[in-house]
Amino acid sequence: MLGLHILLVLMIIGAIIAIEVKDLLSSVVAVGAVGLCLSIVFLILKAPDVAITQLVVEILALIILIRATLKKDLPFSTSGRWLVNTFITGAFIVVLMVIAAKCFQDLPKFGYPDMRVARTYLSEGMAKTGATNIVAAVILDFRAFDTLGEATVLFAAVISVLAVVRRVGRKKEGQQEEEEEY
Amino acid sequence: MTLYLLCLLLFCLGIYCVLRKRNIIKIIVGLIISEYAVNLFFILIGYRMQGRSPIFDQKADILNMVDPLPQALVLTSIVIGVASMALLIAIAMRIYEKYGTFDITQIKELRG
Repeated sequence: MLGLHILLVLMIIGAIIAIEVKDLLSSVVAVGAVGLCLSIVFLILKAPDVAITQLVVEILALIILIRATLKKDLPFSTSGRWLVNTFITGAFIVVLMVIAAKCFQDLPKFGYPDMRVARTYLSEGMAKTGATNIVAAVILDFRAFDTLGEATVLFAAVISVLAVVRRVGRKKEGQQEEEEEY
Repeated sequence: MTLYLLCLLLFCLGIYCVLRKRNIIKIIVGLIISEYAVNLFFILIGYRMQGRSPIFDQKADILNMVDPLPQALVLTSIVIGVASMALLIAIAMRIYEKYGTFDITQIKELRG
């Protein structure tokens, strides 16, 4: 369990760097480091499917983000109501943390989950679906409609991305560089 | 418990970034960090002490597996997360083309 704590602290440090650094490209790379640490954490927590998906998705997200931020670095504007904004944000986060920390005491203790639904999946999943990987059995058999909804969201997102970045039908913007999102 | 609190701290860092920063890319970065924290929290909830991954084997015993349900849901959530993030970045790049900046305080006029 010590390794988990170290990795989580590493993730928090990476997140602070990503938030506070001035250079946008460095910020994106720091987020990539956080995501790869998260992949290792999933592996330690015995979730290999999630770890693999996280790794792939992280690299894809990093490529898209770097494509968006390349050569577009800009100075930050620090004018405006700096004190008021910071105070309101800090107060909101403190309230959120206090309430959430109180709520955590009602959760089952770490390492001893309440597996009321999952017990059925574990005991009958092999006989009912024939899959040795229970995560795949849950995704593709027990909760297949959930996956169908996921695919719908995915295609809707792809169509919206294409609609947002497309060039056809736009006047007086012919000279700009070609974009390749998806 | 400490792990839950560290995870909460990560989530709050993401929320702080969304609320406080003015650069659109920074806001997207904050959203991504929050999403990571939530996914990690679900996996943490489902972890079982000395458990093994939920894959059947010939000679291992069944009783000691981690919870497969949060893992399946997080798998869905990760894929949806990257799709929505691609949409956010597409909109951000369109805003950059139109206004020439990522700063949200500079984006004032709603020109058609």
